[in-house]
Amino acid sequence: MKFAVQFELNGDAVEVNVEPRMTLGDCIRHELGKTGTHIACEHGVCGACTVIVDNEAVRSCLTLAVQAQGSKVVTVEGLSDDDELTPLQKAFRKHHALQCGFCTPGMITTAHALLSAEPDANEERVRDVMSGNICRCTGYLSIIAAVMEARAAYRPQEEVSAE
Amino acid sequence: MKLPNFDYRAPASLDEAVGLLAANNDARIISGGQSLVPMLAFRLAYPSMLVDLRNIANLERIQITDDGLRVGARVRWCQIECDARLSDSHPLFQYMISHVAHYQIRNRGTVGGSLAHADPAAEMPGLAVVCDCNIIVVGSDGTRNIAAGDLFAGPLNTTLEQSEVITEVHFPAWPAQRRWAFIEIARRKGDFAMAGVAIYYDPDAHGKASNAHVGVIGVTATPQRLNEVEAAINGRTISEELIAEVKAIASGTVEPMSDIHAGADYRKSLVGTLSARAMRRAAGLEREAP
Repeated sequence: MKFAVQFELNGDAVEVNVEPRMTLGDCIRHELGKTGTHIACEHGVCGACTVIVDNEAVRSCLTLAVQAQGSKVVTVEGLSDDDELTPLQKAFRKHHALQCGFCTPGMITTAHALLSAEPDANEERVRDVMSGNICRCTGYLSIIAAVMEARAAYRPQEEVSAE
Repeated sequence: MKLPNFDYRAPASLDEAVGLLAANNDARIISGGQSLVPMLAFRLAYPSMLVDLRNIANLERIQITDDGLRVGARVRWCQIECDARLSDSHPLFQYMISHVAHYQIRNRGTVGGSLAHADPAAEMPGLAVVCDCNIIVVGSDGTRNIAAGDLFAGPLNTTLEQSEVITEVHFPAWPAQRRWAFIEIARRKGDFAMAGVAIYYDPDAHGKASNAHVGVIGVTATPQRLNEVEAAINGRTISEELIAEVKAIASGTVEPMSDIHAGADYRKSLVGTLSARAMRRAAGLEREAP
């Protein structure tokens, strides 16, 4: 039996008809065509499928689409309004924080949720939070460096210009 | 793997949830889903229906009273992590929960879900057993209180009835002078522990320990209290001699399980070592984890 589920995806109201067993990640990719969210382990250990639900980073493979009813969901496609990279994405590029790119959407959404809530997170906190995302290419140091540098862009504007 | 097929309901009241569970024999509750969804993905669980608690009000509060803490079943790990009151009201609770899984999972995983899932290596069940928590459940026969020690029947197995929903966990009050520590060993931070030891005691006016509580997670089929270790600590001043005694007793009293993560002998040894380290840390003899 299918359920009608309404939620907001990257600012747009969407409605899908899904079986309850469909995860939010599969729903976003297969029903809504946003393939930026990558699905890998499908049991909550790799972090690649991370999306932002009501301002919090969650694993979209461990969230049912029916549980997103009424929520605001943001994927990696929703972070920038235009073709410009966000400061966080630019920092990833600058620091070579990606190679094959498969884990990157999950890294970016996780770091975005963290820095939106905690723009002053220290390196220990950044490492702790990013430890829920697996990358097989970079060795992580470049990812941590990118997230640390991007913090400035999440602080109130006066502070950024003062730096 | 993709999840097996199931029906889904998100009732607006507890009564309705209990009714759905009672009427559907293999219906299961979903709250955060952070343990259940992997079980579904591995096809280790085939419920006919999931009853989602997301629309039921008043299960998401942490209340601090003179009698202790009342923690709603849908309180998530991230709430515990950032609740400034808990550093005084129950520091062991906050510290132990900081070891649960990773950021994204801590945003959705819940207290009640972890108790009902009853993973022997999970922090919350062990914490409930060590702290003498009472688990409040509502089912078709009404409300009952279950002592945490009576809740866990085996790995991923509880004494809850089919229709029963965990609604709240009560922690006894935490005295300010209480000494405590928790240490676990996992291969990676956020992984399930191969062994973990939680300990607390109340020093009396002469500096002697009383009311010692010691428990282990990840070692036996359910979280376990180490009564012989508690008896050895009570009435004593913490000394290197006592710590050595505790190490030997702790290691000797557990009969650990073996699995792909660690053998029984290794776990036995870990329990001794971690108990000694936890004692030192609780007594302020050692500040940081070695």
